[in-house]
Amino acid sequence: MSEYDNYIDITAAVCPITFVKVKVALERTDDGKILYIKLNDGEPIQNIPRSLKDEGHKVVKIENNGDGTYGLYVVKNGL
Amino acid sequence: MIDFSDEMLERYSRHILLKEVGVSGQEKILSARVLIIGAGGLGAPAAMYLAAAGVGTIGIADADVVDLSNLQRQIIHSTADVGKAKVLSAQETVNAMNPDVKVVAHRLFVDSSNIAEIISGYDFIVDGTDNFPVKYLINDACVLHKKPFSHAGIIQFKGQTLTYVPGAPCFRCVFPNMPPEGAVPTCRQAGVLGVMGGIIGTIQAAEALKYILGVGELLAGKLLVFDALTMNFRKINVNKAKTCPTCSEGAGIKLIDYAAPVCDLKKH
Ligand SMILES: [Zn+2]
Repeated sequence: MSEYDNYIDITAAVCPITFVKVKVALERTDDGKILYIKLNDGEPIQNIPRSLKDEGHKVVKIENNGDGTYGLYVVKNGL
Repeated sequence: MIDFSDEMLERYSRHILLKEVGVSGQEKILSARVLIIGAGGLGAPAAMYLAAAGVGTIGIADADVVDLSNLQRQIIHSTADVGKAKVLSAQETVNAMNPDVKVVAHRLFVDSSNIAEIISGYDFIVDGTDNFPVKYLINDACVLHKKPFSHAGIIQFKGQTLTYVPGAPCFRCVFPNMPPEGAVPTCRQAGVLGVMGGIIGTIQAAEALKYILGVGELLAGKLLVFDALTMNFRKINVNKAKTCPTCSEGAGIKLIDYAAPVCDLKKH
């Protein structure tokens, strides 16, 4: 699966702007649609999935890109 | 949807991160219009926090000029502002704090002839005045024109605040008539701890933001009373008064200018 409806790259941002950018991207994504988030290893991959869950979004897949970045597939309001 | 620049995302990041605010809540704040009547002890901190929050349009109504004796508590004004119109001094501070905010300066005494027109352009009104005649007028006008507003008063080490929204008890359900002359000193006479405006005015700003966002519980039907000497906050339930001179059925309120109780200091 590598299908998504919307895309955001937060690898250039630092906490907490990372999650702020994710929230803006989710605002532009319809309920039930998939947002792809490209994020860095370390603090972002540790915290962003948890924050998404707290706000009711479902992380359906995590891909390790092998270059220090990850890809998250998130269903908006999927929980 | 507002196109947030990276700079705006960073400025408002701590709001956007809140579940109760988020991107759409910050948009509501940026498009909100709040009027602050009185750029004094209460209005100064209220205006500053609302400006920092990004309230898109802040109206400030005050006819006075900055006096040296104001600076002990009216933190929107600086020593260099003494003699300057308070609305201009406040506008300069807000502009320096946040370029996203548009300030509308109403340099006038709010009275029964102009209040309806002034409040009509705003979503929420903050009563930051320090005298009873205008407080009663603000209550009457906001009830008559169905405008939510925050009442507050501070004196010595005490403060109180209540939020009115259409349908809720109004200020005059609790305090139907102006106190008789001499019964209550004004803060000009009695003195006030400078921070009281900061504490109570900031609560007023919080109420305005909650109203804009539609989150939480407002101080509607609740009178919050604070005593800084004992650090007691007390929330008193208040009810709509059947005999309220303003909001009861058939009260037929007309806006008038109430006579100010004569200041004892001036009399003697
Ligand atoms: Zn009433």
